[in-house]
Parts: sequence; structure tokens; C-alpha cells
Amino acid sequence: MAAEVAMPVNESEFRTCSATGFKVHLPAEALIKANAVAAVVCILVGGTAALLIAMTRWPAVHLLPADWFYRLLTLHGLDMLVAWIVFFEVAGLYFGSTVLLNARLVKPKLGWFAFALMVLGGALINIIVLMGKADVMFTAYVPLKAHPIFYIGVILFAVGALIAVGLFFATIAVAKKEKTYEGSLPLVVYGLATAAIIATYTLLSGAFAFVPALFWVLGWIPNYDPSVYRNLFWSFGHPAQQINLAAMVAIWYALAAITTGAKPLNEKLSRLAFVLYLLFINLGSAHHLLVDPGLSFAYKAFNTSYMMYLAVLGSMIHAYSIPGAVEVALRKKGHNRGLLGWLRNAPWKEPGFSALVISMVLFGWIGGVTGVTLGTEQLNMVGHNTMRIPGHFHATVVAGTTTAFMAFTYYLIPLIFRRELKLKKWASLQPFVFGAGITMVSIGMITAGIQGVSRRHWDISNVGTLPGTVYVSLTLLGIGALIAVTGLIMYLAVVLSSVLSKKQYDPQSLTLVQAATTAGSEAEAEGRFSPKGTFAIVLAFLMFFAAFYLANWWLLGKTWMVR
Amino acid sequence: MFPPERVWWKPLDRMEKNWVTIAFIWCLFMTAMMPIWFFMGRQNVPVTSYRVEPQAFQQKVMDFAEQYKIGDENGVPVVAPPPGDVYLLARQWQWYPILQLKKGETYRLHVSSLDVLHGLSIQPTNLNFQVIPGYDYVIELTPTDSGEFSLVCNEYCEIGHHIMVSKLMVTE
Ligand code: HEM
Ligand SMILES: [Cu+2]
Ligand SMILES: [Cu+2]
Repeated sequence: MAAEVAMPVNESEFRTCSATGFKVHLPAEALIKANAVAAVVCILVGGTAALLIAMTRWPAVHLLPADWFYRLLTLHGLDMLVAWIVFFEVAGLYFGSTVLLNARLVKPKLGWFAFALMVLGGALINIIVLMGKADVMFTAYVPLKAHPIFYIGVILFAVGALIAVGLFFATIAVAKKEKTYEGSLPLVVYGLATAAIIATYTLLSGAFAFVPALFWVLGWIPNYDPSVYRNLFWSFGHPAQQINLAAMVAIWYALAAITTGAKPLNEKLSRLAFVLYLLFINLGSAHHLLVDPGLSFAYKAFNTSYMMYLAVLGSMIHAYSIPGAVEVALRKKGHNRGLLGWLRNAPWKEPGFSALVISMVLFGWIGGVTGVTLGTEQLNMVGHNTMRIPGHFHATVVAGTTTAFMAFTYYLIPLIFRRELKLKKWASLQPFVFGAGITMVSIGMITAGIQGVSRRHWDISNVGTLPGTVYVSLTLLGIGALIAVTGLIMYLAVVLSSVLSKKQYDPQSLTLVQAATTAGSEAEAEGRFSPKGTFAIVLAFLMFFAAFYLANWWLLGKTWMVR
Repeated sequence: MFPPERVWWKPLDRMEKNWVTIAFIWCLFMTAMMPIWFFMGRQNVPVTSYRVEPQAFQQKVMDFAEQYKIGDENGVPVVAPPPGDVYLLARQWQWYPILQLKKGETYRLHVSSLDVLHGLSIQPTNLNFQVIPGYDYVIELTPTDSGEFSLVCNEYCEIGHHIMVSKLMVTE
């Protein structure tokens, strides 16, 4: 794997990984570590807020006073959706562009500058929100006003992230020129590059939304139309979720390769699916504005359907090709009985594998299905701003992305931090605990939303018309939150105890708990192992998708006539 | 993870082709659903809206409430207008006025905000719309059942957000 090419760079800046043979650029390694640590700190703060707000939305507990509920909800959105995810993605970008390509990071100093901006921006945001000067939610809809420092913090953070993305591209370009890898980019890096391209224009739209907001708050411009702000904000906020999607799918491919030795079934198809994301998903911004005044049916329907569904097609392709690759890999190792026998013999104790399955299943079956439904023009009327919305994205960005990122951290520990993974049993269990908790959170939210409970709402007891069953849903949310937070604490315990241990460790294999099942009769013909189990699973998925989607039209058809 | 070996642009196999085809057809179906419902369905997202000065809108609502007032509840007028244009103002943290509508009649409900964003959520009917200052959103509404309904604000509108709950009456 390590390319035998002359490198016109200082060899002493590299070490060779004992498990993979990759050449690791030490300045890049330091930056990966710093960004990963920052991400973990953010999920710690965001997780504390999660616990407190979830305990407030559980009516039997109703923990926080109203002002602190809204304050910590603002903090939770920012520290999780923005800070945790973006810091981790930056670590992932540096990892993908250097380690996986045996390449050097160009301009590590600039990387540290970007890191400093992001840390400073993040710190400013946290301080000003906790001081009670920015109770505006992460969306900060104009004409809500926050303290100027809030906008400055967001802008600094975004500029830092933009610099990191630029470094990623520069590093790949230099790696190509210096021939540190052969042939095409590996699929994982290709997926990360997709994420990075989306990130570039996303962060720019973010600047278009936030810079005028800052000027407006400072009184430099007299008016800022709230509808224009919403459009700009979601041109940033929506594609930002596609960065997470593309990065998560890239990590899925990596986890599948690490834990089962899976090779993409068809590189062409997988790459095409990433291109679909790139081309089409950025236009999905209007599906946050579906029930806004001022926009036409044609605009909304075109923006959310023609374009978005081609991106959905991209996801459906990955939904087939990743489990398919895993299935073929496991069948090759001799687990070839029946339709689903390979699943029973899969390495379930390996956190990267269980997290891959949990992440994919919850992302697709809950997150994807509810997302497409809510993003349908007319159907949005029965879901907009209800608890169905956070229910949807806790299945995508939490059960999907966060679970995958957490598992990926475990693999960074031996490879990048060069420490042995501690508390292995906890690590094996963690994806199940976190996944179960978030499933309950998400289903609790979705069912509460279907019954009319609104999101971002401190007290529903004065809404007389809500059915009594909403309390079942909200209790499910509360209990689920306790379990999810337990999963989060397990993650932090595993990561911290490993990273803080003193002894350096040189891994001999990629996997952590179970040996990679590479042995087996690899010699057998490829054609004999078709992923028929996966085909059956995706068909079942489509049935479920269709049932949920059509049920929502039925629900819509029962409400008042409206036009 | 690793650079692909040899040529990676091999053609799709049969199962891959089948899945991509099925998935694509499903996407086409979902795309078609929206225009189909637009022309045949009874619930569509209202598209009429006008620019309006928040103060002017408030004045309009006040005049309207004065004209059709039939009662009072905690200082908020109860208003029973004839079918046609009816007005609803969202402001921190109140819906104004309380409307009393008739089942089966069609109303052009104008809704806008005096200050920040609000969200109009009619429960348990579960119809939800965004309310934005400066935009008069015209929702052509025909209640199909009667009773007392809740109006909940479902867009965060600062500290009193959760007390912004009112009602809507629909008579037979
Ligand atoms: C430990 C697990 C978590 C729990 C128990 C949890 C719980 C909650 C709860 C109860 C809400 C409030 C919903 C509402 O009232 O509208 C919320 C909102 C939210 N959560 Fe989480 N969450 C968790 C993890 C995460 C993660 C990892 C992310 C992002 C990656 C995230 C992103 C968000 C966002 C963006 C909001 C919406 C904030 C807003 O409405 O402004 N959450 N979460
Ligand atoms: Cu409100
Ligand atoms: Cu509100």
C-alpha cells in the first residue's frame, strides 16, 4: 500500500504506521489530535446541555426554568451540530488527506491558525450564550437579536473551518503532484472531498447570512428582511447537513473496510452516488421554508423534489453498496449460509462494525424516511416546527453521524494517538447503548410531534387540546435521553482513559476487539458471492419507506381544507 | 480506504442495476406526488402573500376585531366574522383576536407578526405555518370539524414563547 515513490520532503517528519504501513506525517498527526480533542470537549459540554434540556422536556421532571431551558437549548444546538461535528470533520479531513495518501500536510502552521480561530470562535459563542446574552437558538432568526460577540464567534469559527477545508484541497493537490499514492483517490478520500466541496460553498453562504446580521445588530445597516435571512441561513444550514452526510458515508466505507475487509462492490456506482450529493443536495434548502410566506409552489417543489430526490437516490445507492460490500466480504470468509447467515457471524463485538450497522439502520430507516417525508411540500404542513423535526435529525446527525464518528474515534486512538484502547468491553457495548437511547429519544420526539407537540417549547401543559398519549412519547424521550447520555459517558470514558494513558503503543492490526476476519478462501470466484441478503434488506427498507410516506399523505388528507 | 486496484470502472452487475432502477422509480413517484396533490388534493400549501408594514397590519387587525367583536376573554376580543377575509396577529406573546369560525365555510386567514418570527400551529388539527413580520400570509382555510382548537406558537419567539397559546372556535 505504501507507495514506493521518492518524496521531496523531509523524511524525519514522518513515521510509518506499524499496523497499516501508512506513512504518517507528524505535524498532521498533531493537528488531527488537537481537532479530535476539541471535538470531544464540545460533545462533553453539548451532552451536559442535552441531559438538562431533555430532563426539562420530560414533563414528569421538568427540570430547568424557562430561561435556562432556552439558553441551554441554544448551547446544545451550537456545541453539537456545529462544534462537535465540524471539529471532528476537520480531524477527518486532515486524516484523509495525509495518512490515507501517505502525504504531508501543506502549511501545518496555517492549520494551527485555523484551529485557533475555531477554538476562539467556539469559546466566544459558549461564553456569550452562557452569560444569557444570546438566547436566540442556533438559527438566530432575524429580528431576534443576540450580542455582537455571538455573531463574531460564529464567523470566526466558520473562517477557521474554511481555512481547514482549503488546506485539505491543497494537501491532496500536492500529494497528487508528489505521487504519494497511485491511481485514483481512495473512495474514503473521494467521499471526504465531496464533503469538503459542499463545505466550501456552504460556509460562504453562512458568511452571507451572518455578516449582515452582525452589521444589523451593530446598527450599521438599518433593516434585515427576516425572510431573506431565512433563505440565506438555510442555504448554509441545509447543505451543512450534507457535509455531515457525505463525511459520514465516507466513514461508513472506512469502518466497513477496517472491520470486515470489505471492498466497494462497484467503485463507479459509489462514486456516482457521491457526485449526486454534490450536484443536487445543495438545492434542498427550501425544505426549511416550505410553509413560509413569499415563495411559490413551483420553486418549493422543484427545489425539494427534482433536485433532492436525485440526492436521495445517492443515499439509496450507498444503502445498498455498503452492506453489500460487507456481505460479500463476510460470505467470502465462509459465512455463506442462507440469506442472512453472514449477519449472524459478523464481528458484533467490534465497535466499528456494530456502530456501522446501527448508524446505517437508524440513519436510513428513521432519519432518511422521516426526512424525505417532512421535506415533501404539502406534507410539511403537518410537521413543520413540531417535535417531528428534532426527532428526524436526532436520527440522522446523532444516531447516524455521531455514532459513526464516535466509533471512528476508537480507531484513531491506536493509529494516531498511539495508545492502546482501554475499557474494550465498554467500547464494544457503547454503540448499542447510545443507539438504543437515541432511538428512544428520536421515536419519542417523532410520535410527540405527530400528536402536535411543538419543538423548542418549555411547557406544553397549557395546550389543552393535546391528547394524553403525548406524555407517553415525552417520557420515552426522557428515558431514552438517560440511556443515550450513559452511552455518551461510556464513549468519553473509553476515549479519555485511553488517550491519557502514558504508554506508547504500536498497533499490529487495524481492528480493536475482534481479529479482522481476513482469513478464508479468498481465492474463490467473485461471482459466486452476490449480496442477496442486502438486496432483501433494501427491498424491505423500501416497503417501510413507502408505507410511512403514504401514511403521511393519508394523515394530511384528513385535516382541514387549505390552499 | 485504500486506493482502488486496477480498473474500478467496471459495469454494474444485475442486482445493482435492479436496485438503482427500483430506487429511481420510487424517486420519480415521490416527485410526481407533489404536482398530483397540487391539482387534486384538498390540502395544499398556501402561496398567496403580500408585503405589509407590521404597524399597518396591526391596525387592520384592530379594526377588524372591533367590527366583528362578540365577546371578550382575558382582554382578548372574541370575533365572529363572516366567511371571507379574516385577520390574526401574532405578537410577543399573544394571538389576537380569538376567532370563531363556521364549519364548512371558507376563510381567507391573513396572518402576520408585529415583532419577531412566530409559528402558527393549529391543534389537534396539526396544521403549521411560519409567521414572518412584514409578510401577510393568506391561508385559505375551510374547517371540516367543529369544536375548540388550540393555537400554539411553534417558532421560538423569546422567553414567553411557551405562553403564546390561544384558541380558535369552530361552530356547526
Ligand atoms: C446525548 C444525546 C442527545 C440528547 C438526549 C439530545 C436531546 C435533545 C433535546 C431534548 C432537544 C430539544 C428538542 C426541542 O425541545 O425542540 C435537542 C435539540 C437539538 N439537538 Fe440534541 N440531543 C442529543 C445529542 C445531540 C447531538 C449529538 C446533536 C448534533 C450532532 C444534537 C443536535 C441537536 C439540535 C441541532 C437540536 C435543536 C436545537 C434547536 O431547536 O435550536 N443533539 N436535543
Ligand atoms: Cu410566538
Ligand atoms: Cu413562539
